[in-house]
Order: sequence, then C-alpha cells, then structure tokens
Amino acid sequence: MTRYADMPEGMARHLARLPLPEIEGGAFVPGPPLSERRIAVVSSAGLGRRGDRPFGPGAVDYRVLPSDLDANDIVMSHISVNYDRTGFQQDLNIVYPVERLNEMAARGEIGGVADHHYSFMGASDPASMQPFAEDVAAAMQAEGVDAALLVPV
Amino acid sequence: MCALAHYLERMGIATVVVALVHEHAEAIANPRTLSVPFELGRPLGVPDNPEFQLGVLRAALALLDRPHGPVLEEFPDRAPEPADYEGWACPIALPRPEAPAGGGHERLVADEVARLRPWWDLARGRRGRTTVGASGYDIEAAARMVCRYADGGEPDDPGPERKLSRSLKLACDDLMAFYTEAATAQPGAAASHELSDWFWGETAAGDALLALRERAAGEEDRGMQLVGNLLVLPRSQAHRAGA
Repeated sequence: MTRYADMPEGMARHLARLPLPEIEGGAFVPGPPLSERRIAVVSSAGLGRRGDRPFGPGAVDYRVLPSDLDANDIVMSHISVNYDRTGFQQDLNIVYPVERLNEMAARGEIGGVADHHYSFMGASDPASMQPFAEDVAAAMQAEGVDAALLVPV
Repeated sequence: MCALAHYLERMGIATVVVALVHEHAEAIANPRTLSVPFELGRPLGVPDNPEFQLGVLRAALALLDRPHGPVLEEFPDRAPEPADYEGWACPIALPRPEAPAGGGHERLVADEVARLRPWWDLARGRRGRTTVGASGYDIEAAARMVCRYADGGEPDDPGPERKLSRSLKLACDDLMAFYTEAATAQPGAAASHELSDWFWGETAAGDALLALRERAAGEEDRGMQLVGNLLVLPRSQAHRAGA
C-alpha cells in the first residue's frame, strides 16, 4: 500500500485532501560517505518514553529518545487510529529501527548511531513544527550527527 | 513527515525520508526519498524479519551517497506473505460477546482481560516489552474507565492535569494494544486487518469501544466529539458504527 490506488477508498480520499506544506528552494546538504556518517532517527509515530507526556491533538513538539533506551520503555501515543499498530506491537524496529542501525554500525556499513533520536506526531500541522525541527537539527549538530533518517508511520 | 526533512536540511542536516504515501512524496520532493510499498504503520515492511528490514534501511541510506537531489526512488519488494498462509484465527477462544442491554460491558470486558492475560504475559516475556501503558493506567483500570463511560456512567476523575477525553482515548488505545499483543503471543503471522476484524467484530472490548464512541460523539465537549468521531474507530471498521 503506497499509492492511493492501493488503499481503501476512504483512506485514499482522506490523504488526497490533506493540505501539504509548500516548500520553496529546498536545500541539499552534502556529506561524508555513508560508512562515515553518524545517523539519527526522526520518527513521526508519536513515540515517547513510558511516563512521558502523551501526544495530543495538534501537538507539534517532539520527544527525545536516548539511543540506549530499553525497548519496553518506548510507547506510542499518536492520535490517529487509521494505520496499523500491530506491527509495532510485535517488533519495535518496524517503526523505530535503532537496533538495525546498530547492526549496520557494527558491520561498518554506517559510521555510527546517534546518542539521541526524536519523535514527532505526524498528524499535526507540519509548518508549526518548523521551530521544533530547528531545535532538533541544532541538537544533532551538537552531538556530531551527519544525517537523519526520517521514518513515518 | 516530509516537511520535517526540508526544515532539517535547511539547518545543515542531510536527510533521507522513508515514504509510505507515494503521492505525498512526489508532491513534497524531499532531498532524498525512498518510497516503500507497505501498509501504513509498517515503514520497515515486516515485523520480526531483520533481513527484510535491513534491505529497506540499506536502500534508504544508500541515497545519502547521491551527489545531487532531489532523489525519489521506489523500493521494489513488497512485504512477503507466508507461503502456506490460510488466514488467521485467534488462538484464544473467547466466548462470543452478547450485546449487553443497557450497559454491562464492565464485567464482560473484565472477564476477557482476565482470560487474555496469560497470553499477554507470554507475549511480553517473549518480546521483552509491551506497548501497553501510554495512558499511565494498568489494564484493569483502563478497561474499567472505558466501560463505565461506554455504559453511561461517569468514570473515575482523571485528575486536573488531563481532560477526560484524553484519558479515555489513551485508555482505548491501551485496551486495543493489550488485546492484539495477547492475540499475537503465539507464532503465526496475522494480517493487520484480521486482528482489527477480530477486535472490533468478536470481542466485548470492541463492543464497548463502539458504545463509547457513540456516546462521545454526542457530547457537547469538542474533545469528546473528536474522540467519538475520529480517534477510536478506524475508517476500515466504520461500517460497525451504529450497527
């Protein structure tokens, strides 16, 4: 299911009506080879630490997920019910593949894995997320992250 | 999701986006995008299949080595289905719920939770984790809160820090997670739509959530209306509303 034609009609209609932000003059940042890059995950699945503030309708901020966080300490509070959660319930890596990234780092395929990852909730207005995204970018730069892997839900 | 990549890139962070909605990815034109043919909620494709997930990750991260953009590539492989797959049936034989007249979900759901708990315990032990708990309530308290509201009563006050509508929504999510974690405790792939059909069509908890959404949709409070109209019943199960 990736194109409207492959989705249930109601879902396709909903997604086709969503207003998309207009982006002008997109940047393209060069960098070192993949084998030298330090990667952070940015999820839009509404993930947070157990006991964190849950995401609510309209939330445009983010939660910080330390890389060494135990899998049992990650919960999801995305407000939408129109996507599958049973994959996430069975395997965290289906939406938050930090374990896979660690394996790639151990094999030398990537340079390393960031100490911190980040989650937004994708149902909210993207334009209002901009200041928070800028804070995330600054935090990444401060810890020497070369690239962000953005994973939807 | 896609706009975030632009914001990060402008700040000097190279990005690669995994995209589940191809048309959105085309419209936004992020610097580097891998469009994947998986269902919403499963961006890495297949749970408990590390090799497949690594294939997706390698394809996505390889885009970071491209010298120019924007780049939009499509991942070629669909999520594989088991070769001998004949459909899924819940291995835990819950009694078929009877629609309680004028309330009565609380006892029925408490019975189901008690019967599912050994399997939920097994699932949690095998996986080393549970996703239940975003509400902050234990599962019995979450079930009680949902059912009391569904049956027309007033649930326990969630306290000054959270509206009742938020607490009910999170309790509903936890209840669904508890049921599907228990139902998938035993090996054997279940398609997401089969788990959804089972929860909404064959459990007393599904009945309780249908009653909850109907009451919430009719409330004056906008937060409750949102819960009732949008935040509990998936579009794919909308035919059950008012049934």
